[in-house]
Amino acid sequence: MNLDMGKYATEVLLSYAGTLIPLALVIWITWAQYRRAARALSAAEARKDIP
Amino acid sequence: MSIWEFANPRKFTALSLKILPTLVGLSAVLVLGGLIWGFAFTPNADKFESTVKIIYVHVPSALMAINGWLMMLVCSLIWLVRRHHVSALAARAAAPVGVVMTVIALFTGAVWGQPMWGTWWVWDPRLTSFLILFLFYLGYMALWAAIEDTETAADLTSILCLVGSVFALLSRYAVNFWNQGLHQGTSIPVATGGRTVADVYFLPLVVAMAGFFVLFVALVLARTVTLIRERRLAVLDAQEARA
Repeated sequence: MNLDMGKYATEVLLSYAGTLIPLALVIWITWAQYRRAARALSAAEARKDIP
Repeated sequence: MSIWEFANPRKFTALSLKILPTLVGLSAVLVLGGLIWGFAFTPNADKFESTVKIIYVHVPSALMAINGWLMMLVCSLIWLVRRHHVSALAARAAAPVGVVMTVIALFTGAVWGQPMWGTWWVWDPRLTSFLILFLFYLGYMALWAAIEDTETAADLTSILCLVGSVFALLSRYAVNFWNQGLHQGTSIPVATGGRTVADVYFLPLVVAMAGFFVLFVALVLARTVTLIRERRLAVLDAQEARA
């Protein structure tokens, strides 16, 4: 294991944070929209009695 | 069975729902595995020291930023030629994921460039074409949002995608034929096979690239299914309003 990042620790950590945060955001937004659309469509189909 | 069967929204949704759990699990394993391996279990390089670890986030995101646009190009062409709505929706679904990949690549590149090149940014052919690709992504999303008629929006965004593809290809190949700028050429030339990266750095990079690819596919499928459902919902709402 090598966690010794020397004088470039800030740059390396910033890069990983700058990757993981946007990735987490797009995954979360995608999941939230996916669930919302699924629920809304199920409700609409149930109202119209569509199997 | 023909691939065009999946142009049917029901069949596309059914297939997507079937393979999504596997893709999500696989992408989590590969992305986390590749990044943890690259971050914690690779040695510092002689020349780049610990900044070599930045390649595990920069290279896969840049790869998917460019390939994401090329995937949108294929979907746009299918829309223009065969008028399959699912392909237009898949292109639309890919744009926000592609823009996130582009932002990550631009950000991590700048953070790496500052200590290595002595500057956050330089108007080098590859960087400039990549920045233009980012602006095309934004324009593409804005155009979809601005036009109410979905067929017109799909037509116009497909044309925009064709034009933007020039910059997607430029950002990939600019270093090969534009002999200027700071950005180095690829260390993993697929065509010639003559890579210059040692196995200790290359293997986690391959895992991370595979992870970003599978994650991209999973996100695009989920977003396309969402768009199909939203469109179906709009149709049902319109029928309800008329009744």
